[in-house]
Parts: sequence; structure tokens; C-alpha cells
Amino acid sequence: MVTDTSSTTTSTGRPDPQRAARRLATSRPTTVKDTRGYRVFTVVNVIVLLLVMAITLYPFVNIVAQSFSSEGFINAGQVNLVPRGFNIETYKTVMADDLFWRNYQNTVVYTVVATAIAMVLTTTYAYAISKKNLRGRNFFILVAVFTMFFNGGLIPNYVLINALGFTNTIWAIVIPNAISVFNLLVMKAFFENMPDELEEAASIDGLSTYGTLLRIVLPLSKAVIATMVLFYAVTFWNSWFQAFLYLDDARLYPVTVYLRNLIAGATTATSVAGGTGADGMTQVASNIQSVTMVLTVLPIVLLYPFIQKYFVSGVMLGSVKG
Amino acid sequence: MTALEGPAASGTGSPQGPSRAVPAAALTTGRPRRGWRTTLRRDWQLYSLLVLPLVFLAIFRYLPMAGNVIAFRRFRPGSSIFGDEWVGLRYVELFINDAKFWEVFQNTLILGGLSLLVVFPLPIILALLLNEVRRRWFKRLVQTVSYLPHFMSIVIVAGMIFQIFSLQGTVNQVVEALGGDAVNFMQRAEWFRAIYISSEAWQTVGWGTILYLAALTTIDHNLYEAARIDGANRWKQTWHITLPGIRPTMVTLLILNIGTFMAVGFEKVLLLYNPLTYPTADVISTYLYRVGILSSNFSYATAIGLFESLIGLTLILSANAISRRLVGTSLW
Repeated sequence: MVTDTSSTTTSTGRPDPQRAARRLATSRPTTVKDTRGYRVFTVVNVIVLLLVMAITLYPFVNIVAQSFSSEGFINAGQVNLVPRGFNIETYKTVMADDLFWRNYQNTVVYTVVATAIAMVLTTTYAYAISKKNLRGRNFFILVAVFTMFFNGGLIPNYVLINALGFTNTIWAIVIPNAISVFNLLVMKAFFENMPDELEEAASIDGLSTYGTLLRIVLPLSKAVIATMVLFYAVTFWNSWFQAFLYLDDARLYPVTVYLRNLIAGATTATSVAGGTGADGMTQVASNIQSVTMVLTVLPIVLLYPFIQKYFVSGVMLGSVKG
Repeated sequence: MTALEGPAASGTGSPQGPSRAVPAAALTTGRPRRGWRTTLRRDWQLYSLLVLPLVFLAIFRYLPMAGNVIAFRRFRPGSSIFGDEWVGLRYVELFINDAKFWEVFQNTLILGGLSLLVVFPLPIILALLLNEVRRRWFKRLVQTVSYLPHFMSIVIVAGMIFQIFSLQGTVNQVVEALGGDAVNFMQRAEWFRAIYISSEAWQTVGWGTILYLAALTTIDHNLYEAARIDGANRWKQTWHITLPGIRPTMVTLLILNIGTFMAVGFEKVLLLYNPLTYPTADVISTYLYRVGILSSNFSYATAIGLFESLIGLTLILSANAISRRLVGTSLW
């Protein structure tokens, strides 16, 4: 006997196939009476999952606690879950730093510009290669997919970016990673699933390809566009290495590089050799690091409910057709 | 370059290699061998959409691939990105005889192997545990929480690691509470691998469950019913039905993981290591970063990088071939 299905069909008298199907899809049907061993397992399972959550969240709680604590308590090793010596002075100090704000602003600008460029390139390419009757389609798909499995490598890329004169400009950050093949395939899959009739009707009505894309296809693709914008924006917000590699001027850094220099300065002056700014710095207080981390993570955490929802659906879409 | 394109063409395009792709596509349109002129006249707007992305791919993806020739040519900063004159296998010989290279090669294998061994199975286990949860709100809560680290910048993760493993950090507080002496974990080579692997698990375990959970919902429930009638208990059902049911997903992800084996968390290692931990932490990618970017031995570093990429490509192609033959799952 299957408890899940029987309860949805008989208890109300009216069968609710949709609900039954949904329940079936999400949880494995269980026997009416579990064995004793399985009941023990259920309890252990819940405990394990609670532990997983605790371990996942702990580092976040820890940096928030440190960000509100005084340096003395942190150095005495007394700050874990709750702030000790509560103060918001550290926040004031960090926020009073012009360089921090400048770099934070850079991150916003880089993220917006890079996402815009990436969206234009990804959408146009995905739309074109989603057309099954496009001559040369397989070749165009292969050209993109091949870059997933083989890339030029660090040095040839570095040489190229230097040769293009992108060093110490925003272009070194916002252009070189404009097409993510994974995102491209997700979008392509989405466009392929659109009914052909829509676009046929549009072309009969005299719309050109551009017109169809702009007025028919894109307005119907808001969900996938939102997903892609989030995918790209999170990636660009979080990125640091590109900037670390190509920018020498501290005023151009994104906030991630600012943070990286704080961390590098706090560990050893010689660690991660070659970091600009790292060498001159001595110990940076952990509460200052924590505050910077909290402020960097904040936008992502605030947007997290949306991000999570869209990311999960995006990954599913990508895995079906990828 | 031909050496690079050879395996790629034969591996990626099982139905159509690049050269045969065009006629094959033309066949599917119904009228074979229609002239390109007609096609272009009809679809020029569609092709125009391809121009910008293709220019991008050509410059920022394929040009650097071609730029790998500087592994075999002398390169001077400021001159052509393809180098000045041929030097043959000089740089290849150089790294083959470089003891330091083999040290970082070994470190790469160990870190990659440990990740595969320890980190790869964890999402499978977590997905199976989540699958047994019957309260949906609880399942969703665990999922939401465990996905969070995936969205953190690697710099943030590194910052957290430094704080938690610092002398006055949480781990050392536990050590001292248990009567031990505080250890400066981040400066000790013998601790690097453990820290790397455990943080890797922290970052990826939750997010890694998504595809497995999706695969779990596709398993036919009649199979469980039948197994129960045959007297299979919960554990046997998991072993004989659930695990085989998610096997294609497992194999696909395993192949992808093997493909990135050589490129083990370059950015993370770069953020976490320091000269004291080089003996265990330094991997091929960080070594070539120091050799190439910091010491400006561009050609030498390119040779190392090319070697690394070729191993990666070989690994993914062979893993794919093996899995196609043994379990019938293939990436393409």
C-alpha cells in the first residue's frame, strides 16, 4: 500500500490527480508502517541534515559576528556565533575609506557593463543557432562548444589582452568572458522550445528577423533572460582574477581585489607573491576583513531568493539539452 | 595547431566534423546543395546576428589557442603575439627536465584525485538523504541553505577559510578546548590538502545535488512497488533501483569532473597558498602563473599550459569513450 496516493484519492472522496502526481514526483511512496530500522534512520537523517545546514551557515555567522566585534575579543579567540564587544566602529572605518567605495562602485559598473555585453552576444548567437534550418548550424554550434573543452590557457590570453591594449582599462574585465557556453546552450534550448507558429505568423505579417526577435521572441523570453542576467551578474560580481591580472591601478580595482589584498596583507606580506598592494600592507585587523566581506556578500544575499530560484531552473534547462 | 584540432574534430563531432557540417545541415533543409548565395539572400539577417559573437569567439577564444605556438617560438614582450622565431621543442625539454615541474605535477594529481575521491561522492549521498525527507518544507530549507556557498566569490571563501583556520579562529579554539596547542594551519604544508578539500566540499556539496535530485524524480515508482512485493527493504531498494536510476547523471558528471582534473581550483590555490605551503599546495596552474606572469618566461609557461590543456582534453575524451563503451553514457 502506498500512503501518499491513497490519502490524496480517498480521504476527500474526490480524486486529485494533480496533487497525487505532484506528491509522487517529489517523494518516494512509503509503506504504511516503516520498519524500526527505517524509523531510526529517519531520525539520524534529520540530524545529519541539520548538521549540514549548521556547517554551511557557520562561516557566514562567524564573519557577521566578527564584523561587529572589537579586535581585542577576536584576537583572544572569543568570537564565534555572537559579537563580543559590540560596536559598529569597524563599519564606519571601512565605509569612510574612499578606496573601498571607489572599488565597490567599480564592481557595480563592471558587473552592469559586462552583463550587458554578455547578454547581447549570448542572445544573438543563441537565437541564430536555435534555428534548425540555419545552414551551417552544426558548425556554429561546434565552434562554441569546442571552447568548453579546450581553451588558450593563461599565458596566450595574457599576451593577447596586453597586445590589444586592454591592460588597465575596463575592457580587460568586461569583454574577455562575454560568452559562457553553458549559458549559450541554456538559451538555445529555450529558443528551440518556442513554438514555430509564432515566428511564422510574425514573418507572414511582414516582420523581419530583427523585428521578430525584438518584438515577439524577446518579450516571450523574460524568464530565461532574467535567469541569464542573474547567471552573468553573479559571475561578474564575484570575479577577481581578471582584474587582479590586468589592472595595476588600485583605483580601478573591483571590491573583490580590494578584499583579496586585505586578506593577503593579513596573512603574510610575502604570500601570493606579486599582488600589487599586498607587499606594503602589514596585519589587517580581522574585523576590518569581516566587514569588507559582509559588505561584498550583502547584495548577493539580499537577492538570494531570486537568484536561487532562477539558477536552479536554469541548471535544469541546461542539463536537459546541454 | 593541426595537432590540436585533430583529436578535437574526431572527438567532438561524432556525427559531423567541422568540414562535413555544412553539407549535412543543407541536407536537413530539404533542398540539398542550394547555393550559398541563395541561402545568404534569404537568411542574411540571421547570419548578421552571428557576426559579433563569432568575432568575439575568434579573437578571445581561438586566437589564444593559436597563440599557444609561442610554446615552440621565442617570444619577446611587445612583439607579435605569435612570437619571433621557431625554437622547436626547447621549452618542452626545459620543463621535462625541470624537477620543480614534476613536483607541481604530482601535487596537481594528488589534489585532483582527492577532490574526485572525496568531494565527488558527497552530493550523491546528500541527494539520497534529501530524497528520504518526507517533510517538504524541511527538504526545501536544507536545499536553500546548502546552495548558498555556491554563490560566494572565491575571494570570500578564501577570506572565511583564513579566519576559521587562523590562530585565534574557530578550529583552533576547538583544538585548545580539547587540550591541544593552536596550530597555524595556513602556514603548514601538511594541512593544506585537508583545508583545500574540506572547503571544496563546503562550497560544492549542496549545489551538486541539483542534478541528482532532478534525476531522482524521473525514476519509475512502479519499480519500488515491485521491489517491495519481492521483499526488498529500503536499503536494497536504494541500492538496486535508486542508484542505477541516477547512474547516467553520475557518469556524465564524473566525465566532466575528470575533464577539469588538471585545472584544480587555480584561483583558490592562488588565494590560499604561500611559500611555506608550496610543497603541497603549488599546482601546475599556479606554477605556470608564477613562471609566466611574475617572471615573464612566457614561452616556457605556455609550453607547460599547453601540456596541461592537452592532458585535460585527453582525459575527457578517454573518459567519455570508456563510459560510452561500458555504460552507454556519453557527453555527445
